[in-house]
Amino acid sequence: MNASMHSFDHLPNAPGVGFKPQHFVDIVERPGAVEWLEVHAENYMGHGGRPIAQLKHLAEKIAISVHGVGLSIGGEGPLDTDHLARLKYLLNWLKPARFSEHLAWSTHDGAFLNDLLPLPYTDTVLTRVADHIDEVQTTLGRQILLENPSSYLAFDASTLSEVEFLTVLVKRTGCGLLLDVNNVFVSATNLGFDPTEYIDALPLQTVEEIHLAGHDKDQDENGKPVLIDSHGCQASEPVWALFEHVIDKCGPKPSLIEWDTEIPDWPILEAEAARIASILKASVA
Amino acid sequence: MTACDFLHAVFDPTVKPPTGLTDGMGHPAGRRFDIYRNNVINGLSDALETAFPILRKLLGQKKFRSLAMAFSRLYPPTTPIMMFYGSELPEFLTQFEPTRDIGYLPDMARLEIAFRESHHSTDARSVDADELRTYLTQALDDARIGLSPAVRMVQSSWPIHAIWRYNTIDNAPKPVMAAEDVFVARPELDVTPHLLPAGGYRFIESLLSGNGLGAATVDAMRFDNSFDLTKILTVLISTRSVTSIGT
Repeated sequence: MNASMHSFDHLPNAPGVGFKPQHFVDIVERPGAVEWLEVHAENYMGHGGRPIAQLKHLAEKIAISVHGVGLSIGGEGPLDTDHLARLKYLLNWLKPARFSEHLAWSTHDGAFLNDLLPLPYTDTVLTRVADHIDEVQTTLGRQILLENPSSYLAFDASTLSEVEFLTVLVKRTGCGLLLDVNNVFVSATNLGFDPTEYIDALPLQTVEEIHLAGHDKDQDENGKPVLIDSHGCQASEPVWALFEHVIDKCGPKPSLIEWDTEIPDWPILEAEAARIASILKASVA
Repeated sequence: MTACDFLHAVFDPTVKPPTGLTDGMGHPAGRRFDIYRNNVINGLSDALETAFPILRKLLGQKKFRSLAMAFSRLYPPTTPIMMFYGSELPEFLTQFEPTRDIGYLPDMARLEIAFRESHHSTDARSVDADELRTYLTQALDDARIGLSPAVRMVQSSWPIHAIWRYNTIDNAPKPVMAAEDVFVARPELDVTPHLLPAGGYRFIESLLSGNGLGAATVDAMRFDNSFDLTKILTVLISTRSVTSIGT
């Protein structure tokens, strides 16, 4: 990490990791290949204390991307304006390089489910999600990135593919994409589509950030494999292969290891980041 | 399918999943819906486990998990800020059949909520201890002191401070039956609990309601005539909980 090489108002085309407080000292002392961090917005909506003190300290040393998990952009009802105001407050003082959210819903009728739930891909839903993204971008005064979901089921009602849905959204709202290659692989396995075709059909020029993560393997009652997006282990080899494919096609991008459960010691994350670094370097060479 | 159908079926396993869900390959989604059920309930239970580590230790993993699942089905979060999720848990513990007879659990839950609130509270600079002592020797009765936003208190007829110590500190003595009031403070970034001396709870409550030191002392003495002002001021000063002073 060399502060003189880049400012922190954009994410470098380099490895990042999802920040966990237990790694704070390691990151400050020996970031290794890690050149940026992602934090979950909702973890920094307290009033003060250690979480915010740590984040302020980190933001002086390294580029930060804020990842929201609670805005429920795909929700049927209106956006939670209180939550949007909290986000605006956080982004205003932190001034992160990026803000991203999910193509999913998590709140309905005043209940927050703390999970990313799936949407049918129809014209009606598309209009609603596009309106929500417009509202978020207008309120926050910045472009947001939207992450493709991991899915365990599909909807009879869908009339568009996920790629078509995302492509129109990007065109209509001017948002960018956060491409989670593990999510692509998980959904492709679960719903029976080709992950490479999915990626090749995406508007890759709008991808501003990439996620890699681990998944668990299970099967449904018919014996078909079902992958669970657990973020609790290393990314699988097919996910790394997909990542290399993406980087081959669109060049180096800010690319992040997400590891949210069974959190490992820092050297393991640092090694994953180094693997990203070597792939990004190879693509330039 | 509406979000309403989806939500009800996620929280209630006896409700059939919404219709129109498939495996993407032309078959009904079947048990795949259970993945969302599991993710939601486990996600909320994990959040409660992080928030209430002592309760989890007291109840054991299995019992705590069944408590967390029952609670989260009845009281899903109302905001996406999970750090404050679970404020209804103390009350719920008195209704939940497997825990309703364990009298100290609700107060332990209150103590853990106090810890969390203190941990995330607004930062405030404390008054220098020497300056404070000098001031107090000159104008004790009329002095009004402001307390840090990190200050919390829990009043209990159970030995909750001793239970906390027994479950967090190696070789701490086994709790013996006593009523204990706990003061929670955050001198820097680490939250610490302190056993309040006799009348201490009433004294701080009086200060927080806007009374000066003199009036608060009278309040505390009325409640317990063994109240010792020096002792409670030592707690407040040593925990850097005084953030303003004046008359």
